[in-house]
Amino acid sequence: MTQNILTVENLSMQFGGVLAVNNLSLNVNQGEIVALIGPNGAGKTTAFNCITGVYEPTNGCVSFLGEMMISNHPKGKMKKLYAGENKDLYKKVISHTPDKITKLGIARTFQNIRLFKSLSVFENVLVAKHLRAQQTVFSATFRLNHLEEKRAREESLDLLEEQGLLAVKDTLATSLPYGLQRRLEISRALATNPTLLLLDEPAAGMNPQETQELAEFIVQIKNKYNVTILMIEHHMDLVMKISDRIYVLDFGKLIAEGTPSEIQNNIHVIDAYLGVVEGA
Amino acid sequence: MMDKNKKILISISLVVGLFALLFILEQVMPSSSMLFVVLKKGAIFALVAVSMNLLNGFTGLFSLGQAGFMLIGAYTYAILTIPMADRAAVYQYFDGGIIGFTLSVPIALILAGIIAAIFAFLIGFPVLRLKSDYLAIATLGFAEIIRAFFQWDVLGPITNSSNLLRKFPTFSTVLYPFAVAGICIFVIVLLINSSYGRVFKAIRDDEIAAEAMGINLAKQKQLAFITSSFFAGVGGGLLAMYQSSIQASAFKASMTYEILLIVVIGGVGSITGSVLSSFLFIASSEWWLRFLDAETYIGSFHVPLMRSGFRKVVFSIIIMIVVLFYRKGIMGTKEFSIEGIGRFFRRLFAKKKEAQ
Amino acid sequence: MDFFKENLPYIMAGISVGGQYALIAIGYTMVYGILRLINFAHGEIFMASGFMMVYLSAVLPWYIAIPTVIVSTVLLGFIVERVAYKPLRTAPRMSIMISAIGISYLIQNVAWYVTSGLAKQYPVIPWISNTVTIGNSTTKMVTLATPFLTLFLVSVLVVLIKYTKIGMAMRAVSRDFETSQLMGIKINSVISATFIIGSFLAAVGSVLYFSNYTTVTPISGAMPGLKAFVAAVFGGIGSIPGAVLGAFIIGISENIIKGLGWTAFSDAFTFALLIIILVAKPTGLFGEKSTDKV
Repeated sequence: MTQNILTVENLSMQFGGVLAVNNLSLNVNQGEIVALIGPNGAGKTTAFNCITGVYEPTNGCVSFLGEMMISNHPKGKMKKLYAGENKDLYKKVISHTPDKITKLGIARTFQNIRLFKSLSVFENVLVAKHLRAQQTVFSATFRLNHLEEKRAREESLDLLEEQGLLAVKDTLATSLPYGLQRRLEISRALATNPTLLLLDEPAAGMNPQETQELAEFIVQIKNKYNVTILMIEHHMDLVMKISDRIYVLDFGKLIAEGTPSEIQNNIHVIDAYLGVVEGA
Repeated sequence: MMDKNKKILISISLVVGLFALLFILEQVMPSSSMLFVVLKKGAIFALVAVSMNLLNGFTGLFSLGQAGFMLIGAYTYAILTIPMADRAAVYQYFDGGIIGFTLSVPIALILAGIIAAIFAFLIGFPVLRLKSDYLAIATLGFAEIIRAFFQWDVLGPITNSSNLLRKFPTFSTVLYPFAVAGICIFVIVLLINSSYGRVFKAIRDDEIAAEAMGINLAKQKQLAFITSSFFAGVGGGLLAMYQSSIQASAFKASMTYEILLIVVIGGVGSITGSVLSSFLFIASSEWWLRFLDAETYIGSFHVPLMRSGFRKVVFSIIIMIVVLFYRKGIMGTKEFSIEGIGRFFRRLFAKKKEAQ
Repeated sequence: MDFFKENLPYIMAGISVGGQYALIAIGYTMVYGILRLINFAHGEIFMASGFMMVYLSAVLPWYIAIPTVIVSTVLLGFIVERVAYKPLRTAPRMSIMISAIGISYLIQNVAWYVTSGLAKQYPVIPWISNTVTIGNSTTKMVTLATPFLTLFLVSVLVVLIKYTKIGMAMRAVSRDFETSQLMGIKINSVISATFIIGSFLAAVGSVLYFSNYTTVTPISGAMPGLKAFVAAVFGGIGSIPGAVLGAFIIGISENIIKGLGWTAFSDAFTFALLIIILVAKPTGLFGEKSTDKV
C-alpha cells in the first residue's frame, strides 16, 4: 500500500461571481507522477495557488502527509455569493502562508518562470537553502555560522552539478537560455528539500526535442531526490508518457481521472478539448 | 582570485592608512577648513544613506521614513547624554526635565539605534504589508507623526517640546564619525553578504517566488526595516553630535529626500556608491558649489544669476540630470573593490598594449 | 448642537480648506489612476502657481492676472510631465518616483532662489477677499465660495470624463495601460491631458487657498500637497468623487482638531488617518480591489 501524500477535498475558489475551481478533489500518492490537465482557463493554476497558499480557497480542505494544512469555508461577502457545493462541510479555518507550506515540504515552479533576476544561478539555489538553516541574523552577520553556510554552498553546488548547471553557476539567472531557466527553477525548488514538487507547465514554450529531454529529466529527478510530482501540463505526449495518473479539469470542475490510457479514451475529455459534437 | 588572507591584510592596511591620513590632516590643516565639515557630515550621511540603501536598494522596500528614525536617534542620544549640571538650563521651561541620569556616549549611541529599531518594529507591523508607493507614503506619514509627537508639550519634560536640545557631548575630531560610521557600514556589508542579504535581494527581485522558496516575507521585511532603522538611529545620534544642538522641526521630509537622492546618485543597490556619493553630495552642497551663492564680479562684470539660492538650483538640476540620464548612478549595483581596481588597471594596460 | 455652534468657524474653515484640498487631490488621483505614480511635484506646482499670482498681480490687474496664472500653471504641469516623467515611461516604478521627488526639489529650490526664501504677501482679489459675518463669526467670502466652486468644477470634470472622447480614453488608459495603447489611444496626449486638467484645478485651488492664507513661501506647497494626496488615498485612489469626499473629510477634521486645541497634531492626524485607511482598507472608500496574477 503506497502512502498518501496530498489530499485535496472539495476545493473551491471563487473570484467575485466566477468559480475558478469548483469542488475539486484529488489525491497524490508517494512516488507518483500525477498530471493535472485541462483546457486554458480550466482553473489548474488556481488550484496550484490554493494548494501552495498563494490564494486562500473559498471552501474545502487540503491535507499534506496526513495532516490538515488548509481548510476554509465561505466567509464575509462570499457567504452569500458562494455558488459552489459543500459549504457547511469545513468548520475549521486553517491557512498558511506560502513560505510555511514550502517548509512543510511542498515546492513549486511557476508558469511564467520567476527567477531572482539579479542573482546568479548559484545564488538562486542558495536562497532556497535559507529556510532549512539554523542561523540567526546575528550568527549570519558575524559569520558564526560558517559551517552551516559552507554546507549549504556545497549542497547547492552538488545540486547544480547533478542538474548540469555547474558550468553556468556564476551567470545571471535571467541571462540563461529558456530551457536552462526552466531547469534552474526546478533545481531551485529541489533545493528546499521537498517531499512533493508542483510543476506548473514545465514544458511551456519548448520544442518536441526539448520536451522529450524534459520528460526524462522529470522521471530522473523523481527517482534521484525521492520526490512525488504533481504537474500541470499541456503537452499531451509528455503527460501520457510519464504520468501514473491524470486528473482532467474543465471550467473548474473535475471531469475525469484515471491512468493515461483511460483518459485517452474518455469521451468527456475529448469533448472538453475538441468541443461537444452534436448528437455524439 | 586573490588570496583571502591577502585581501583582508590589504583592507586592514587601507583602513589604517585612511585613519592615519585623517589624523595627519587634522594636525596640519586649520580646523575651520571646509574639508572637515565635509568629512564629518559626509561620514554621517554615508551611514544613513547606506542604511536607506539596505531597505530601498537591497530589499526593494521603498521607505521614506529615514528622517523620522534619525530624529528618534538624535533625540535619544541627546536626552540621555546631557550632563546633569546642564539639564536645568536646557529644560528651562520644564524644571530641568524628568530624566535623572546621564549615560556615556557609546551606550547612548547604541540606545539611539535600539529605540529607533523599536519604533520601526511597531511601525513595521501595519505598513510593511503595503505595496511600493503606499509604503513610501505611509512611512513618510509616520516620520511626520513622529516629528509632531516629539514636539508635543506634554512630553516636554523628556523631549523639551519644540525647544532646542543642547549641551550634550559632541566630537571634535573627524576620526570619531569615521570610526562609528565605518563600523556600522561594515556590519551592514557583512549582513548583505550573508545568507540574509541574499534573501533580501530575492524579495526585491520577486516576492512571490521568494515566498515559494520558504522565505517568510513579513519576518524578513521586518528584519530589514528594523536593521535599517537601527543604523539610521545611530546616524541620527551622530548628527546630533555634529550639530551640537537639535530640534525636531529640522527632521523634515526634505531630509529624507536628500538621503534618497544620495542613494540614487551613488547607485541603488551599491554600498560603496552610497558612501562615495554621500561625500560628493555634501562636498558639492556645502563647499564646492558655495561660490554660486555669492554675488561675483569678474573685473567690473557682474556675473548674472549668481546670488543666494542659486547653488541649490544648480544642484537640483544636476540631480535631475543624474536621475534622468544616468539612472544607474555612479556605481549601478556594482561595488568598488580592490580587485575591481586591479581589473580596471589590467584592462587599461591591456588596451595600451593593443594600441601599441 | 452646542458643539456645532461653538465650532462653526472651524467647520466652515474645514469645508473651505477641504474644497481646496479637493481641487489639488484630483490632480493626484487622476495621475495615479493613469501612471500609477505619486506626482510629488503636484504640491510644488500648486505653490508655484501661488508665486506666479504674487508676481503677475504686481504688474497686471487681477482679472488678467488670474487667467494668466492658470495658463502658466497648466504649462508648468505639462512641462514637468514631459521633462521628468515621459523619459522614464518604461523605467521601474522607483525611478519615476525618485524623478518626481527630484523635480519637486528643483521647483522648490527655484522658488527659493527667486524669492530669496522670503514669504510673499498674496494679492487681495476683490470680492473673494471680502469679509462676511455669519452668525457671530466673521470669515472671508472665499470660505463660502470654495465649496460651491469646487463642486461645480468637479461636476464639469465628471461630465467631461464620462462623455467626451478624451475622457473615455482616460478611463481606458487607467483601466489597462498596454491594451489601450494597442487599441490606438495616443497615450502621451492622454497623459498630457491629465496633467493639464490636474494643474488647472491646482491653479484654481491655489487662488482660493492663498486668498485665505495670504502668504506664500517656497514650502507652502508641501503640506497641502501631501494632505491632498492623503485625501486621494482616503477616497480610493483613481476615484474622483472619492478624492473630493476624502478632501472634505480631512479638511473638516483637521480644523476641528485645531478647534479642540490640538494644533500641533492636526498634520499628524492626517497621516494617522492615512495609515489607518491603508491598513484597514487599502483601496480606500471607493477604490477597486485588484488581485495579483501569479
